[in-house]
Amino acid sequence: MKIADLLTETFSALLSNKIRSGLTILGIVIGIGSVIAMVAIGQGAQSSITSSIQSLGSNLLMVQPGMQRSIGSQVREQRGSSQTLTLADSKAIAENISSVKAVAPQVSSRSQVTAKGANTNTQVYGVTEEYASVRSVSVASGEFITAADDSNLAKAAVLGPTTAADLFGEDSDPIGQTVRINKIDFKVIGVTVSKGGSGMSNQDDVIYIPLATAQRFLTGNNYVGTINVEGVDSESLDQLSTDITDLLLERHKITDSTKADFSIMNQADIVSSMSAVTSQLTYLLAAIAGISLLVGGIGIMNMMLTTVTERTREIGLRKAIGAKRGDITIQFLSEAVTLTFTGGILGVALGWLAAYAVYKFAGVATSVSLISVILAFGVSAVIGIIFGYYPAVRAARMNPIEALRYE
Amino acid sequence: MIECKNITKTYKTGTIESQVLKGLSFKIDDGEFVAIIGPSGSGKSTLMHIIGMLDTPTSGEYLLDGRDVSKFNDDQLAEIRKSKIGFVFQSFNLLPRTTVLRNVCLPLVYAGVEKSQREKRAKESLAKAGLPEEYHTHSSNQLSGGQMQRVAIARALVNDPAIIFADEPTGNLDTKTGEIVLDTFGKLNEEHNHTIVLITHEREVAEYARRIITVRDGLIVDDLLNNDRRTSMNGDNSRPAKSKT
Repeated sequence: MKIADLLTETFSALLSNKIRSGLTILGIVIGIGSVIAMVAIGQGAQSSITSSIQSLGSNLLMVQPGMQRSIGSQVREQRGSSQTLTLADSKAIAENISSVKAVAPQVSSRSQVTAKGANTNTQVYGVTEEYASVRSVSVASGEFITAADDSNLAKAAVLGPTTAADLFGEDSDPIGQTVRINKIDFKVIGVTVSKGGSGMSNQDDVIYIPLATAQRFLTGNNYVGTINVEGVDSESLDQLSTDITDLLLERHKITDSTKADFSIMNQADIVSSMSAVTSQLTYLLAAIAGISLLVGGIGIMNMMLTTVTERTREIGLRKAIGAKRGDITIQFLSEAVTLTFTGGILGVALGWLAAYAVYKFAGVATSVSLISVILAFGVSAVIGIIFGYYPAVRAARMNPIEALRYE
Repeated sequence: MIECKNITKTYKTGTIESQVLKGLSFKIDDGEFVAIIGPSGSGKSTLMHIIGMLDTPTSGEYLLDGRDVSKFNDDQLAEIRKSKIGFVFQSFNLLPRTTVLRNVCLPLVYAGVEKSQREKRAKESLAKAGLPEEYHTHSSNQLSGGQMQRVAIARALVNDPAIIFADEPTGNLDTKTGEIVLDTFGKLNEEHNHTIVLITHEREVAEYARRIITVRDGLIVDDLLNNDRRTSMNGDNSRPAKSKT
C-alpha cells in the first residue's frame, strides 16, 4: 500500500466519524497543551529568577566581612557587620590574583535623604568606578561615579530610578539638582537604568556616591563593607574563591580557616540552588500534565478498540480482497498516529496560548521552549503508536471468515 | 484452473473434533460457471472458504493453476486472493459512506495499481457489472440492494481475477433483482469468459450455472452438467452443454 493511499484511507476513516475523532483528539490536545503550558510556566519562573540573580552582575563573588568574636567573648555579631575588610584588602585582591577581572569595594549605609521638600529613606552606597561594570549598573542619563570623583572626594550622587522618582517626581530630570544626605549636599550627576526587583531588595531604590566620600562623611572610617569581585569566567569562580580566602587569611594573619573574619558568596551557587528549586517545580508541573496526557492516550486506545470492533466486517472484506496483515496493521496504526499527531499540533497551539494568557493576565513570566514543543510532538506520536498498536494488531490478526460473518 | 484432491477440514472446539469436509475431489476449468449447492450445514461454505483461499484445508491438496496452495500462510493467501480471486458476498460488504468508485478501486489500492489507472479500470468494471455511470459518484449507502450487489460484482471484477466466488449473492435481494444479478454472472461468464463459482442453497439459483455440484454432509453427492440453464430473460434452455472433465 502506498503512502498516499494510506493517508487517503486514514483521513476518510477518521472523517467518517467526526465527533468521535474530535473528542479523542481533544483528550490529546488537553494532555499536550497542559504539558506545554506547565513546562512553559516552570521554565519562565526559572529564567526570571536566574535573570534577576544574573542582573547582580556576572561571574560575581561577594566578599563580606564576617563575625569575629573578641577574645574571651562568646557574643557573635551579625554576619557582615564587623569591620574587617579594608581598601588595602581590595587592592591586594586586584593585584595578587590573576583570574580577577575587576574589583569593586563598596560601603553602604541607610540614610534619610532630602531634596526640595521631598524626602526618602534609602540605601546609600559608596562605590568606585568599577562598580558599574562589576554589578552591571548602567546609567540612563548623566554619568556614573568616576575615579576622579573618588580621589577628589566629590560630593556627587547617582540616583536609582525609584529614588529619583521619590525625590523629584516621575518624569523629571534630576541631573544638576541637589540632594541632601546626612546634612551634606550632593549634586546629582546621573540616574541609573531600572533593574527591577521590589520591596526589600529593590535595586532601583539606591543612591551611589564616591567610596572615599562615603567613608569620610557617612561611615567615618576606612573599612569597606562588601568587596565585589568579578572573575574572568564562571568556571574559575571556585578557584578564585579559594585564592581570595587564602590571600585574606594571610593578610589578616588567621591560620585556622574556620575562624575567618570574612565570608565569600558565590553568585553561581545562588543561581544553581534557585534553579534547582524551580526545575523541581517544572518537573512537578510536567508530571501532573503528563497524567492527563496518559489519560488522553488511553482515550485513543479506547476509540481504536471500538473502531476495530465496529469495522470488523470491513477488515474481513479488506483481507478477502487481498490486504495482508501488515496492510491492516499500518492502516489502524496510521489512524491512531494521525489522531495523536493532530492532537499534538492543536495541543502545542493551545499550550502556547495558555502560557501567553498566564503571562498576560497573571503576569507570570512563561517561556515555551522549542525542546518542549519537539518533545510534545514526539510524545504524541509515540502515544499514538503505543496505544494504537494493540488495536491494530488485533485487527490484523482477525480471521477473514469470522470477520466477514461478524454481526 | 482449480483442482482439489481429497480435501478435508476438521474444526476443533476444545476436545471435540468435527469433520466438516470429508474428502472432496473435483476440478473446475477456466471459463466454467459452477454452482455449489447444499443445505445449510452441508459444508459448502467451508468448501468455498477453502477454494476461495480464505482458509486452508486440514488435509488434501489444493492446486490453483498447478500450484499447491494448501499450506500457504496468511500473507501468501492474501497475495493470491489479491491477484486471482474476486468475491461477491451475500451482504455486499461495501465500505459505508464511501463512493461507488472508491469501493470498486479498493482492490487496486492493495494491488498497488497506479492512481491514474484505477478509475479507468473501475469504470470499465462497473460497465461490465451493469451499473450506469450516473451512480458512480453516489455514496454506497444511497444505493438499492441490487445496485449494491452490482458494485460488489464490479469490485470483484476490477482485478481481472481468474475466478469469481459468489457466496449466496441473491440472499439479500428480492427475486426480480436476484434474477438480474444472476443474469449478470451469466453474461460475465459467457461474454468475458470469467470462471464463476456460485454458492447457494437454492435450486433455482443454482440452475443459472452450467454445472451443479451438490454437497451433503461434507461429501460431493452429485456433479452434473446443467443443460437446462435458466435465464430470467427468455427462458433459453437450448444452450449446448460443455463437456465435463
